[in-house]
Amino acid sequence: MTEFNSHSATVAEMQESPRSEHWNRPAHIEPSGDGELLEVAMGPHHPSTHGVFRMDVALDGERVIRLRPVFGYLHRNHEKIAEGVSYLASMPYTDRLDYICPITNNWAYALAVEKLTGQAVPERAEYLRVILGELTRFQNHASSIGFLIQEMGASGTPLMYAFREREKILDLFEKLTGARMMVNYMRFGGCRVDASPAWMNVARKTVAGLTEFADEFERLLTSNEILMARTQGVGILKPELAVNAGVTGPMLRASGVNYDIRKVDNYGIYDRFDFRVPLGDHGDVYDRFMIRTLEMRESIKILQQALKDIPDGPIMDPKAKIRGFRPKPGEAYGRIEAPKGELGFYLISDGGPSPYRYRIRPPSLINLTILEDMCLGQNVADVVLIFGSVDIVLGEVDR
Amino acid sequence: MLGEGMLKGMAETAKNFVGSFFSAKRLTTVQYPEERIAPFEAARVFPFLVYDAKNPADPADWLVGMRCVACQICEKECPPKCIFIEKSKDKKPDALGKQQFYPARFDIDISVCMSCQICVEVCPFEAIKMDTEFELSTDDRFGGLLLDREQLAKSNEYYHQIHATEAAAVDDHLAEGKVKAEAKTTAVAIAGAIRGAEVPPPAKPAETPAADAASEASAARTAPVTKTAKRPTGAGN
Repeated sequence: MTEFNSHSATVAEMQESPRSEHWNRPAHIEPSGDGELLEVAMGPHHPSTHGVFRMDVALDGERVIRLRPVFGYLHRNHEKIAEGVSYLASMPYTDRLDYICPITNNWAYALAVEKLTGQAVPERAEYLRVILGELTRFQNHASSIGFLIQEMGASGTPLMYAFREREKILDLFEKLTGARMMVNYMRFGGCRVDASPAWMNVARKTVAGLTEFADEFERLLTSNEILMARTQGVGILKPELAVNAGVTGPMLRASGVNYDIRKVDNYGIYDRFDFRVPLGDHGDVYDRFMIRTLEMRESIKILQQALKDIPDGPIMDPKAKIRGFRPKPGEAYGRIEAPKGELGFYLISDGGPSPYRYRIRPPSLINLTILEDMCLGQNVADVVLIFGSVDIVLGEVDR
Repeated sequence: MLGEGMLKGMAETAKNFVGSFFSAKRLTTVQYPEERIAPFEAARVFPFLVYDAKNPADPADWLVGMRCVACQICEKECPPKCIFIEKSKDKKPDALGKQQFYPARFDIDISVCMSCQICVEVCPFEAIKMDTEFELSTDDRFGGLLLDREQLAKSNEYYHQIHATEAAAVDDHLAEGKVKAEAKTTAVAIAGAIRGAEVPPPAKPAETPAADAASEASAARTAPVTKTAKRPTGAGN
């Protein structure tokens, strides 16, 4: 199950993981058995639920006996809308899936359509996609750690640190694409606008500052005893269960399974970059936190390489169509390693101007399905924490 | 030592706290609305219609110089379908001097618009562009957010103010188109003169520009792809 290759390393290998056995607690507590249960509906307006999501929790004292996730409150009919509009018109809607990382949503959709039509992407556009994608991963991981710590009770400080940095990255997005979050940037066969040399300079400066921020963030958090006490040994996810449930992304890697689509598929130009895939060895909340911290470092490495190597040239295939786009009948599944896991778009074309079937494989939803398995036997206060460590965005869960 | 990590973290917050009194780098916010950060050049909020100001004294100047020819491409391509266009019955000269239709009605429901700028991308006439104005709150939920063509019309000078690089590129592109159009009309006139010398002139010369404009519009509808792909949208960032 746990495979290691030269590209991967465990948390312990990559960094002196400050893990003290002293704080570890038993993962599973047997129910007391007096049969009296308290049912609590956490959400849909609970501050910890990142949106409108409900958990129906059955409690025996403080311990969770049963947990039923209820989603669908933010359902916006995205897939059906996409089947009624043109291929291009779905692009801005994908921004609204996982609204923390719109670039990667654009990318996955563009990749699926490019697979469907066999469309080639110019070199420079691929580099721009990698640069923006890794910036997205960085800001997603920073803010998801911030939210996780906030759910632990440290209301504000780490989250504001993360958001201060996220703001700089969003400024870069706005300078390039015109919008902070709803970027609508990628096109089938390239990108919409080119990055000017001035933008590149600002990007290089920002990326140089990201290392400083990562250092600061790690000093602030990684060895904090309260954080370790709250997270170590909490919400353990076994690698077997993670694989069987289809969990992907940092969640899966925190359980020690070496599976990163950037390495497996080498989509785009990811085979050109030198980076490692951090792996956890306990699969608890602390490992998930740690994996994200380390992935931020790896993103900086990729960004530095991409910003150094980016060539000049066109950003859009001149033969690529914008209007009147009708792919030949067929089907395609395009997937990328989004910050939250495997994000895939499955498209069936019947030759018409809009897809016959448009299906999204959202990482947030599938990572959320094993919430009960992680929460059973834990304290109710830790449910919030475990839920936060899954790192979901409801826009993507409900679509 | 137990508590070492916490002290390390607190040293970090203390550094940031003290820094916020001395270091300009730590001051990351401004006091909106007294202080404002200028929007980026590429920023986009809602679309507006560009017109070429010809006679600022004329109150209907926006309609005379309006670049939109009511081809309805943006209406069809708009993902949330927030644009409503009615074509005029008569014609007026457009930005290139050709006789074209104009929008008798052009409404954008900005409560539906999602600022994706696909309308800007598909417009072959450089007529619709993105505004940077974002303070648009109103107490009228429906009428106040349904902008008509007069509210949407903004001059080319305004466009230059908000997106300088992009507007300059668009002006170049239009000037190029104008030169081409003029060359074409001269060629047609010369050909007509030659033909006129040989055979009697056609009975209904008034219809020629209309037919020309119609064929132009239909050509734009079927194959504007190369045009839009070449267009330097959002060159400035």
